[in-house]
Amino acid sequence: MSEAGTLTETPQQADRAVTIFEKSVPGRRAVQLPPAEVESTPLDQLIPSHLLRETPAELPEVSEPDIIRHYNRISRRNFDLDTGFYPLGSCTMKYNPRLNERVAALPGHARLHPATHPADAQGALELMYLLQESLSEICGLPTVSLQPSAGSQGELAGLLLTRAYHADKGRNPTKVLTPDTAHGTNPASVTMAGYEVVKVATNESGGVDMDDLRSKISEDVACLMLTNPNTLGVFDENIAEMASLVHEAGGLLYYDGANLNAIMGQARPGDMGFDIVHVNLHKSFSQPHGGGGPGAGPIAVSDRVEPFIPRPQVIKTEREGWDAYFDLDYDRPKSVGRMRGFQGNFGVFVRSYAYILSLGGDGLAEASRLAVLNANYLKTRMAEGRAGKYLPVAFDRHCMHEFVLSGAPMKKELGIKTLDLAKRLLDFGFHPPTVYFPLLVDEALMVEPVETEAKEHLDEFADAIEKILEEAESDPGIAQNAPYTTPVRRLDEVGATRRPVIRQPR
Amino acid sequence: MAGYTPATSEDQAAMMAAIGIESIDELFAQIPDAVKLGRPLDLEDGLSESEVYKRLQTLSSWNLNTEEVPSFLGAGMYDHYVPAIVDAITSRSEFLTPYTPYQPEVSQGGLQVMFEFQTAMSELTGLPVSNAGLYEGPSAAASAAYLAMAATGRKGLVASRGLHPHSRETLATHAVGFGATLTEVPLADGLTEAKALEAAIGDDTAALFLQNPNFLGSVEDIAALGEYATSKGALLIVQVDPMTLSILKPPGECGADIAYGEGQPLGNRLDFGGPSFGFFCAKQEHIRRMPGRIAGETTDLDGRRGFVLTLQTREQHIRREKATSNICTAQALNALGAMVHLAWLGKQGFVELGELLARRTDFARGQIASLDGFELLHEAPVVREFAVRSRRPVEELLHMAPDPGDSAPHLPVYPLGRDYPEYEDSFLVAITENRSVEDIEWLVHMLEHGQAGWGEHIHDHDEDGNPVETELVEASQGARS
Repeated sequence: MSEAGTLTETPQQADRAVTIFEKSVPGRRAVQLPPAEVESTPLDQLIPSHLLRETPAELPEVSEPDIIRHYNRISRRNFDLDTGFYPLGSCTMKYNPRLNERVAALPGHARLHPATHPADAQGALELMYLLQESLSEICGLPTVSLQPSAGSQGELAGLLLTRAYHADKGRNPTKVLTPDTAHGTNPASVTMAGYEVVKVATNESGGVDMDDLRSKISEDVACLMLTNPNTLGVFDENIAEMASLVHEAGGLLYYDGANLNAIMGQARPGDMGFDIVHVNLHKSFSQPHGGGGPGAGPIAVSDRVEPFIPRPQVIKTEREGWDAYFDLDYDRPKSVGRMRGFQGNFGVFVRSYAYILSLGGDGLAEASRLAVLNANYLKTRMAEGRAGKYLPVAFDRHCMHEFVLSGAPMKKELGIKTLDLAKRLLDFGFHPPTVYFPLLVDEALMVEPVETEAKEHLDEFADAIEKILEEAESDPGIAQNAPYTTPVRRLDEVGATRRPVIRQPR
Repeated sequence: MAGYTPATSEDQAAMMAAIGIESIDELFAQIPDAVKLGRPLDLEDGLSESEVYKRLQTLSSWNLNTEEVPSFLGAGMYDHYVPAIVDAITSRSEFLTPYTPYQPEVSQGGLQVMFEFQTAMSELTGLPVSNAGLYEGPSAAASAAYLAMAATGRKGLVASRGLHPHSRETLATHAVGFGATLTEVPLADGLTEAKALEAAIGDDTAALFLQNPNFLGSVEDIAALGEYATSKGALLIVQVDPMTLSILKPPGECGADIAYGEGQPLGNRLDFGGPSFGFFCAKQEHIRRMPGRIAGETTDLDGRRGFVLTLQTREQHIRREKATSNICTAQALNALGAMVHLAWLGKQGFVELGELLARRTDFARGQIASLDGFELLHEAPVVREFAVRSRRPVEELLHMAPDPGDSAPHLPVYPLGRDYPEYEDSFLVAITENRSVEDIEWLVHMLEHGQAGWGEHIHDHDEDGNPVETELVEASQGARS
């Protein structure tokens, strides 16, 4: 089986990739436009000819059935959450309720222009206000701005707020502390906000090394960015002390909400001392990931940071003749300004608000409890048998919603890397966990099973890992050359980078 | 509470036994009591699906949407007809529910869509390199600025006042972090003022930002204006409305280094402003500084054609603080909607749509310009949007009632006053294929009423000149008391 040449090609593999452009046949078309109903004035009488296009864009010439078949067919070359277990660490691949799609598609939401006068968009503004209030309660912070488009934009917004906060006090600190376990977006956002990244070490139990932190705190520290629970799935119990250390030095605390799914209704970033939190609505609040977007990254902030939030902000006001009037407040003189156009990813707000209404306060708390239970159960299963021997957990204690394994013994004793294990899992019908992150764990495998997966799926996953390790004991080549059953096998990524072909040649 | 969690009490007991705990609370013992919430969240208890639907349906009914009233709002987002196949394809689980394609062997569908999307955007803009999409339009401006600063080692950003106000504000927000300065070039007669532009560009200018058509709808001479920037070593960056690239000269043929924009007009619904996508195309020389995801073609072990995320050494998950951007999403689903829409329009239909927009817009512009109390703000050529000056104050003109305290709806055109105090007396009118000549005539009538103060004495007239009752919008206004 490890000899590529002897494999039988699956029907899906035999169906070679052909793009929609290659399916183009001159003269074919799908659209029929409505009649213009006005004079057919030559275009160059409306717009000077030197500003007009000379040759049309080479778009495909295809019929509507061609389009439907093409995209439905290639869609089947994707693995998706609806058909398989997707324990991708730090990504919170939870079920996406279809009710949310239905309500987002209502014409009053989907066909509402963003520049509609606020008086004619009261339902949308009220929904945004209610979502702000809900996220405020969940995060334990008084004010929420829904504007940022995604987690990374929430981070950048938070850092620009930090900058504005310090500038308002006449200060100009230059450094941001981040643990070495941080998501890659954290340091990238820090640079884009004009700050310098200072890494803080991790202690033996997976939390922030307090001595290292103390040695790095100074008045030149603008803020400490943390994820808690962190990317190792560990809740940092020194959080209160960290918060007071940073605050005493004049800095702020930023909470990366990527791991909020562990603590909804259990603990709140605001109560831990954080000043700014971003929330990934596409993680904890069930917005579908869409193959890499869209999402939304609202931020919740403390009172001292509130004057600086992006504008416009949805507010509830009084107005004669109205029970309540919701408005867009632009009059925020200390605001950092806009992070993007219009009011944010409203369609995502509708879905997430529907999710919050469906679960309620009790349901959100229960979701976090079950996410943590599932993670600890799967971690327990992974401590058994061969997994326990070759894939030890990086920090052996109760985890929160995810845990990290190290494939270092597996690599050393069986000769297969974490990447090989991940690729072999594809043949077993599982999406692999996050691999090679966090960086401080050798051959890391980060597993987040989420609350919407049944126990039997966790068992099947554990059994698959056991089987892969068992076959690797006798023939490591099986994993080394995996996968075999997927639409394509391992791809030449180095070649793709060396000679980039990033569009269909004409 | 919704049934999204499968664990029965038996399942839970079995899992706890395996872990060796008596209660789930033990797992939360690692959270110090001092920071535990210790009370239920102060939110309602969960509702049934039918109750949630009803509640959100009710909220949605208080919004005056474009199915209820012919909307002439634009300003970057447009009410185009989104074909049914877009909904059919984007709602497939295989596209809707996966994560970013980190495992290319099982993500070929999504990666191929990115590759096709890049090809299409590259065709539209006339630039060889496209990424797989960014969040939306204005924040793509910030990404372009970041690239230009890195490419030139300069810190000055110059933007035409014809650049979308949201883009200019977003640039200003980000400039603080980037350590950049932002200078604005005024408009004259609806177009970027060439002399002022020339004066604004100096040795420290990293980039010139233009928009085409600009925010007032005018078609700019990008090649001529861009020359002032490129001759001084600055990058030429153009924000474009992708729908107008059906007929306008692509930025790549006007010397642009980067073309980016708001993708919503392609295959995306309005959604009160998002989610949509941004697109970002550039000259070949900028490929290794691009922000966002890029899909590339390659082969698998057996020689089959396949696609992967490529040039990842630019990106945050590898380069961390040295990354070319912090962005890690491509708005893949929205970009898919665009690709399907573009395939549906096709090579010919796309051009026909552009021509239709230009002709209907010309018709509407002429009709409104001939009304008493109105004149064009500028005479520059336009494609699908134009600016009109009103004798009557715009707020009174648009509020469809004689009494300012009335809860009547507003005429859906875009008042310019908030973004351009100098054009406080003006508004924008946008046209799409959804706005028929009948809709345009309705707008013309409404503007006449508005100019006359929405009073009782104004009536429409039938063909014989007899007064008839005017149909005002029956807006659903359930929110009103």
